[in-house]
Amino acid sequence: MDSQILAAALLGGAMIGLAAGGLYLTTGRIAGISSLYGDAVLRRPQAWRWLFLAGLILAGLLARPLGLTVPEALGHGPLWLAAAGLLVGFGTRLGNGCTSGHGVCGLARLSWRSLTAVLVFMATAGVTVYVVRHILKAA
Amino acid sequence: MKIADIVLPLGFGLLFGLGLIVSGMIDTANVLGFLDIAGDWRPALALVMGGAVAVALPLFQWTRRRGKAFNGAEPESPPARIDRRLIVGAGIFGIGWGLSGICPGPGIVWLGLGIDQVWPFLVAVAAGAWLADRLPQRR
Repeated sequence: MDSQILAAALLGGAMIGLAAGGLYLTTGRIAGISSLYGDAVLRRPQAWRWLFLAGLILAGLLARPLGLTVPEALGHGPLWLAAAGLLVGFGTRLGNGCTSGHGVCGLARLSWRSLTAVLVFMATAGVTVYVVRHILKAA
Repeated sequence: MKIADIVLPLGFGLLFGLGLIVSGMIDTANVLGFLDIAGDWRPALALVMGGAVAVALPLFQWTRRRGKAFNGAEPESPPARIDRRLIVGAGIFGIGWGLSGICPGPGIVWLGLGIDQVWPFLVAVAAGAWLADRLPQRR
């Protein structure tokens, strides 16, 4: 792997870890985006959730002015994305977390529950990509 | 509401979002490339997650040892139970993630990038979460 990609991955990862750890240390909140988004939209409209989500949107707004390279399109059509979103929303709500809540915060809390979740979603995601790309040759 | 209650979630949300962009994780090709071990494998996601956990871990452990966050709040401590909801939920999330290459964090950053293609995904995530909330609560 190209050393520039490697450095960007590590730097970006460290920024994510600092953000999640910093939020926990200063406010006691877990930066699990699926729970944050679900609760902000569906249930408890607490200010901090909307503010964190606003920070994520702000990052998107600032990316081009800061000269960061960003992709211009998602690789799939609207129906495909809606179907995927439905599964992501349902699954993360049922399992209480996604790549950020279980994958970053949960592992940093040394939670067996989160490690289990990470292994399960990595496995089903890997099988899904295999089926789509190598068996169905659909995307 | 104190200034810190606004600045901390907003600032850490921004840092989290910039980390997702710098690390390349908002590019679905990098996510799907990681999940596609039988294809042209892209290992960056492992470095992003590893880097994030390496930085977050001491901050989370410090917070737990203090017993209180800097703002005096009790740190969130989700249940440790490993049950069927966790396994099934994580499994379903993985399928949606594998179909699209998008998880909730990058999905919201995309909104800030101004790419309307992400709307069906985000609306469907909310719908999926709403459906999961309608399931009978089982132990």
